[in-house]
Amino acid sequence: MSNTKKVLMKGNEAFAEAAILGGCRYYFGYPITPQNEIPEYMSRVLPKRGGHFIQAESEISAINMAYGAGAAGGRVFITSSSPGIALMQEGMSFLCSAEVPCVILTVSRCGPGIGGIQPGQADYFQATRGGGNGDYKIPVFAPSTVQEGADLVYESMALADKYQNPILIFTDGLLGQMMEPVALPEPVVDIKSTDIREHKPWALTGYWDDDKKRNTVISLRLQPERLEEHIHKLFARYEQAEKELTRVETVGIEDADVVLVAFGTMARIVKEAIDMLAAQGIKAGLIRPISLWPFPYATFDKLTDKTKVVISAELSMGQMIQDVKLGVKDRFPVKLLNRTGGMIPTSLEITERTAAILKEIGG
Amino acid sequence: MIDADFFKDFGRKTIITGHYGSGKTEFAVSLAMLTAEIEKNQNIALIDLDVVNPYFRSREKRDMLEKAGISVYGSLFTEEITAELPALGATVRAPLEDKNSRVIVDLGGNDTGALIINQFAKYFQDSDTITVAVVNANRPDTQTVENTLEHIKSIEKITELKVTGIVNNTHLLSETTVADIIKGHKLCSDLCKTTNRKLMCSCYPKGLIDPKDLNEIPEPLMPLGLYLRPSWLM
Repeated sequence: MSNTKKVLMKGNEAFAEAAILGGCRYYFGYPITPQNEIPEYMSRVLPKRGGHFIQAESEISAINMAYGAGAAGGRVFITSSSPGIALMQEGMSFLCSAEVPCVILTVSRCGPGIGGIQPGQADYFQATRGGGNGDYKIPVFAPSTVQEGADLVYESMALADKYQNPILIFTDGLLGQMMEPVALPEPVVDIKSTDIREHKPWALTGYWDDDKKRNTVISLRLQPERLEEHIHKLFARYEQAEKELTRVETVGIEDADVVLVAFGTMARIVKEAIDMLAAQGIKAGLIRPISLWPFPYATFDKLTDKTKVVISAELSMGQMIQDVKLGVKDRFPVKLLNRTGGMIPTSLEITERTAAILKEIGG
Repeated sequence: MIDADFFKDFGRKTIITGHYGSGKTEFAVSLAMLTAEIEKNQNIALIDLDVVNPYFRSREKRDMLEKAGISVYGSLFTEEITAELPALGATVRAPLEDKNSRVIVDLGGNDTGALIINQFAKYFQDSDTITVAVVNANRPDTQTVENTLEHIKSIEKITELKVTGIVNNTHLLSETTVADIIKGHKLCSDLCKTTNRKLMCSCYPKGLIDPKDLNEIPEPLMPLGLYLRPSWLM
């Protein structure tokens, strides 16, 4: 295979560049490790590509700047890491309520609190359940390579517009900091500010010339009848998202003795462990959810009676395991294999612990 | 191949600079390990001055390096390798003061990461110091002679050091081909010819590329082990 089109990029750089190629022209950010290369890249590169970079005074400001720029029809990308994403939760609920598109990327680290700067996946609930108020959902994609992350950021710039809703990309510190070869996509055609009205007829573009009509973007709806109607409108869209955005990768699940479920960085370590288990005569499969919401519950129906146990492998005290149990529907025992606090298991550790779990349940 | 003469060109003190992601740290660790292997009776010190990068730092390989007889100096918070505090311990000066130590300095990425070295300027004024820039022609910002030179100049400006040597470390990790290394060699030798710098060596990933396939490169070829990447990240 020819490598001529590939370049070596740090995850954070590739995500920033992919957002620009996907049409991002507005970026608002506040520094936090391990995602600082993104605002650094955007501050340097975005203005040269016809876009605007503003260093916000906090994450709360950044998401509200995104709310404003998105409402005016701009293509917005914002990023942060775990505690910073926590601060943005209120804004995410507002963006959903007001139907404002935006792509948000988290380069997850460890909590709780200020925690640590090493990678973690303990923001699964934060990402999939959210901390904002009210009935809302945000599609969440969790890449496991720099290439997949760049592709998902690029695609999500258009998906956010399509669903008129924020899209969240869930990466972790390792993906943000690692270098990998990347083939970057072609730039999308830029929407000129004079053409926004045509592409986004709901956006705030001032008075329409002929009949003094103007749009409003609101989150406050005081009449219960109208609010209920509005929420049903949002949920019709979420139902469509569940049909269209569920994504999953599987490896050898049909005749596996044990099926591991893992996303992001953890899925990469599990893949190596699967080969090591095969060498010991244990047939292990992998379900890698790429979309965390909508979660690929239906994939679990493909598991056969040959499977003895399903293991949720996570860099947390066990959060995704709740969705895994919903998918398994009591057909198999579900166990947790985890490290937390920024500790990353080796593939050997996963191999040994998987073999031990199998033995424990008498497999 | 690599022999004792190879190391002479790198001086007693080698400062390793470059774009972040160029492979500075892998080069620094490999250079230290090779020096320890070939120049057996030397005191070798690896000084990790990378205070801008939170992950993949050379001090994370402290145990392996110390086992090979290499002393590792770096952040004041040596036990807290994940602390993001730009603080250096006074012990960093010890190998710089010791005229018998072979010193390898792994500087942080770009000009911003390199700034920290200024506080040690007095140790690097002599002819025993060689400053090299590691170049990966597959990085988006160092693909032409002009870009690469601009990059080197920004590091020189902020550190007040003269980058006299260039290390070709052109790779795409496990996807690296002979053509990548040759492409990087051409870029680096063009850069060296037009700016009167020395092409120190070209690196190749150990076990992936056969150095025999790189015959057309006249300068030394240095095998690079990927010490900082876990196997599942290959």
